[in-house]
Formats: sequence, structure tokens, C-alpha cells
Amino acid sequence: MALKDVTLGQYFPGNSVVHKLDPRSKLILVVLYIIALFCANSYAAYAMLFVVLAACVAVSKLKLKTILKGLKPVLLIVIITGILNLFYTPGEGAPLAAFWIFKIYPEGIRAAIFMVLRISMLIVGTFLLTYTTSPILLTDGLESLLSPLKAIHLPIHELAMMMSIALRFIPTLVEETDKIMAAQKARGADFESGNIFRKAKALVPLLVPLFISAFRRADELAVAMECRCYHGGEGRTRMRKLQFAPRDAIALVGGAVILAAVLILRYFAR
Amino acid sequence: MEPILETKQLTHIYSVGTPFQRTALDRVDFTAYPGEYLGVIGHTGSGKSTLIQHLNGLLKPTSGQVLFQGEDIWQSVERTRATRFQVGLVFQYPEYQLFEETVYKDISFGPKNMGLDAGEIDRRVREAASFVGLTDEQLEKSPFELSGGQKRRVAIAGVIAMEPKVLILDEPTAGLDPVGAEQILQNIRDYHDRIGATIILVSHSMEEVARNVDRLVVVNDAVIPLSGTPREVFAHSEQLTAMGLDVPQVTRVFRLLKQRGIDIDDSVFTVEQAVAAVLKAKGVE
Repeated sequence: MALKDVTLGQYFPGNSVVHKLDPRSKLILVVLYIIALFCANSYAAYAMLFVVLAACVAVSKLKLKTILKGLKPVLLIVIITGILNLFYTPGEGAPLAAFWIFKIYPEGIRAAIFMVLRISMLIVGTFLLTYTTSPILLTDGLESLLSPLKAIHLPIHELAMMMSIALRFIPTLVEETDKIMAAQKARGADFESGNIFRKAKALVPLLVPLFISAFRRADELAVAMECRCYHGGEGRTRMRKLQFAPRDAIALVGGAVILAAVLILRYFAR
Repeated sequence: MEPILETKQLTHIYSVGTPFQRTALDRVDFTAYPGEYLGVIGHTGSGKSTLIQHLNGLLKPTSGQVLFQGEDIWQSVERTRATRFQVGLVFQYPEYQLFEETVYKDISFGPKNMGLDAGEIDRRVREAASFVGLTDEQLEKSPFELSGGQKRRVAIAGVIAMEPKVLILDEPTAGLDPVGAEQILQNIRDYHDRIGATIILVSHSMEEVARNVDRLVVVNDAVIPLSGTPREVFAHSEQLTAMGLDVPQVTRVFRLLKQRGIDIDDSVFTVEQAVAAVLKAKGVE
């Protein structure tokens, strides 16, 4: 088991337009995209959203394989949702096929296709965001977008700082886990075989050192931050200022147009 | 002599097929003979850690073979697992892997995984503890109550308790004070002398390897450009410097003396040899 191969939410550095877009615009675009996905209710709308997504993936120069690999862990959920929609959508007229308590209506097929498309495109869309945006930029973007909430005394800066620290330490902890796992394997620990109880018990030699080191790291980091006089967000300036570029305007307008098109297809077509 | 541990054309590539692809080892032939004290040097990222993790089957070669006592360790699952007990590996900062309630239980983790009976486990734990100089009283303590140096010795005892024929240590003295470091090196020598085990010592410190090992292997840029006795290896001082390594300080001093025209043997690499060379140059018996 190689933990390094986990790609969920991992950043792939690159130099494409998608990479260079301001994180705030990317966040807004993903939200617009999700709204569009949930409003889409025709094949035409899904086709359009699919083309847009495919174009973004192509422009980002990410390999199709990495995208599909990201989809793998959620494949089961997608399939189950598809099957449930297929059998449990009641329709008008005669069922296409029926056996025992299961009946398949044309509406069921339609609902299943839409649901599968919706979930997979949703996942690919959000993956595109995390694959092309470094975690630091992502939290910077979130902090900036959520900063109006400071007016109602939500500690936005502190939350963003916590999030970037957490993100920062994921690779460290993964590496640490790999190391401790290797060290215990060298002493004959077996993490793979046996039933679920044996496997859970086998994790003790891994988890105890991992927790201890996580606490140690947290402690050291807190001291290091205090040494640099960190005392929260009040009056802090930034090294990297987020800056909107013309391409952000184009992308945001494009996003709005697509959402509008989906809404038109929903409410005015047919 | 038949090698005890050998790699043939060993290649390891990390993250194949991703932007992070990196060749850590490139067709490496490495041999270790029974009973020898072998040093492995190389700077950070040279591939030495990758190499030693192949020697006990923690990493699987991308291509090439790892042979233990002449047999491929990846022949079968049982063979790989058995090799892990025969080739003990102590990682860098091994104290971070301690997890049990008592030192005794932690040391017995390895032997227990080997499926030994209670009597044998007890014998091995006590023997390993005495090798690294832990008292019976310390055996009943929690490992987290001990000092850094003591924790490290507990972790080394945990591997020694499996009584491996080959003991590999990755920078066992990193971050310890000179006294603690010397104690650990003494413990390792004791294990080497009394059991006749093969020791592979990975180190950054040229002085440390110069004083301890019989033979030296240099790893640089995924290959082994140099190997031989410390005297042979340290003779290539320019090549070593180019790799970001160095020769022992005393060798450097003697080389400078020779450059100044003093007639002295400059192939020394320990203080004892240096003393002998000075006495010889002075004509003192």
C-alpha cells in the first residue's frame, strides 16, 4: 500500500491558463458550475456542461488518467446512486421491464443517466479546482471571498490559517505514516492480512507514534509562530496579494453565460 | 566468499508515470559479505535510503533483483517476510516508532511477530536489552519516560531482538551528543563481534565510518561510483568533494602537510593511524 499514490485533493503544478486563474475566480466558477449542474434537466444542457468541462480539462493539460484515477474511489457511490434511480423512479405509462418488485420506466433511465452524469461531473469539476490550485492559494482565495463575514465577527482569518496549516501538514503526515509503517514492517508488522479486527489491532503500532508526532509537531509549530510574534489576523499584511487579471473577467463572464444558458434551457425550452 | 546480501542491476523509480517521476537507483550492483562491517555514505537524496530499504524487502525493485543468501527475496510472500527478520533495518530517528506501554513490550514486538514462544521471546528481549545497556528497571518503564539517547537504544534493541544475520542502521547517531553516539557505536560493535553479524552502517560522518567499517560503499546520483576499503575510497578526495562528501578531517590535515613538502604518509584516516604516521615520520619507534 503506497500512501503517496493517494491523489484526492492533490495539487499538480502546471503553467496553463486554468492554473494561472485567480483562485477566487476559480472558486466562484466552481460554485456556478455546481449550480448549473443541479439546474440542468435536459440532455442538451448536460452535453453543453460536459463540453465546457472537457474543454477546461484539455486546457489545464492534466492527464485524463489522473482525472479518472480521482474518480475511482467514488465509483461505487456513483453506481449505487445510478441503480437506485433506475429502479425507484416511478413513471407514467407502462414499465419497460418488470420483475418481482422492480420496474424500470423510461423516466427511471433518464433519471439514472442524469444522476450519474451529475455526480461524476461534479467530482471532476471540483477535482479540477484542487488539481490546478495550490492549497495555499485556495485558502487565500477562500479567506478573501469570505472576508465580508468578518463584519459579523466570524474569525475568518483564523479559520483560513487553521485550514492552511492542516493542508500544509497532510503531506508531512502522509510521509510520516509511510516512514512509521516501513519501520514497523521491518519489525514484522503485518498491515494487510487478517480479518477486520486483526487489521484494526495491527494499526496500533502505527497510530500511537503518529499521534505522538502530530502533537509534537503542533507544539513546535505553535512555539515557532509565537517566536515570530504571530497574534492573529489583526493588521497583518500579505506577501502574495491576489490580483484579478483580464482573463478572470473573461472566465467569470463565460461562467455566468453558461449558467444563464442552462437556466434558459430549463425554464424556456420545449 | 559467497555474498550474504546482493543486488543485481537494481533499479528503482518513484512515482512512475507522474510528473514527479524520479530514478532513485539506476542498475546498482551492491554486495555485502558475511560478517563484514560495511559503511554506506552518500549525501541526502543520493539514493542510499532507497537502497537499504530494498535490502530487506520494504521496497520492491522496479527492475533487477535482490538476493539474500543467493535467493531472490521476492520469490514468494513468505520469503519476503522471512527476509525482514533476517535482515534487520533500523531507520533514521527510530525512537519515533516506539508505541508500547513498556520498553520490554516494545522490544518484544519483533520477536512476537516472528511467532516465537514466550521463553524464547523473553531470552531475546533481555539479551537485546543488555546489548544496548538497558537495565531491568528501565525495561518496565514507559518508553516515553526515557531520554532521547535511551529511546534510540530501545528502538535499536527492538531490531536486535529479532537476531538478524544482517543489521542495517541508517544514521544511528544522528542528533545525539558525542557520548551517546559513541555508546551506540560501541553497542553495534558488540553485536557485530559477539554474533558475527554483518553490519551495514549508513552515515554522514566520514570520521564515524573511517573508525568503524572494514569496507565502504559510496552512493551518488543513483549509482555506486566508488567502493573499497576506507583507505582506497578516501584516496579519491577530489571525486568525493565533487559529490558533496568529504574525507575525514585528519586525512585533510595530512594531505595539506604533504603539500607543504613534509615527508609523511597521507593515507591516514583515523587519529590512531595519524599518531603512528607522525611517529614514523619523526623516526620514533
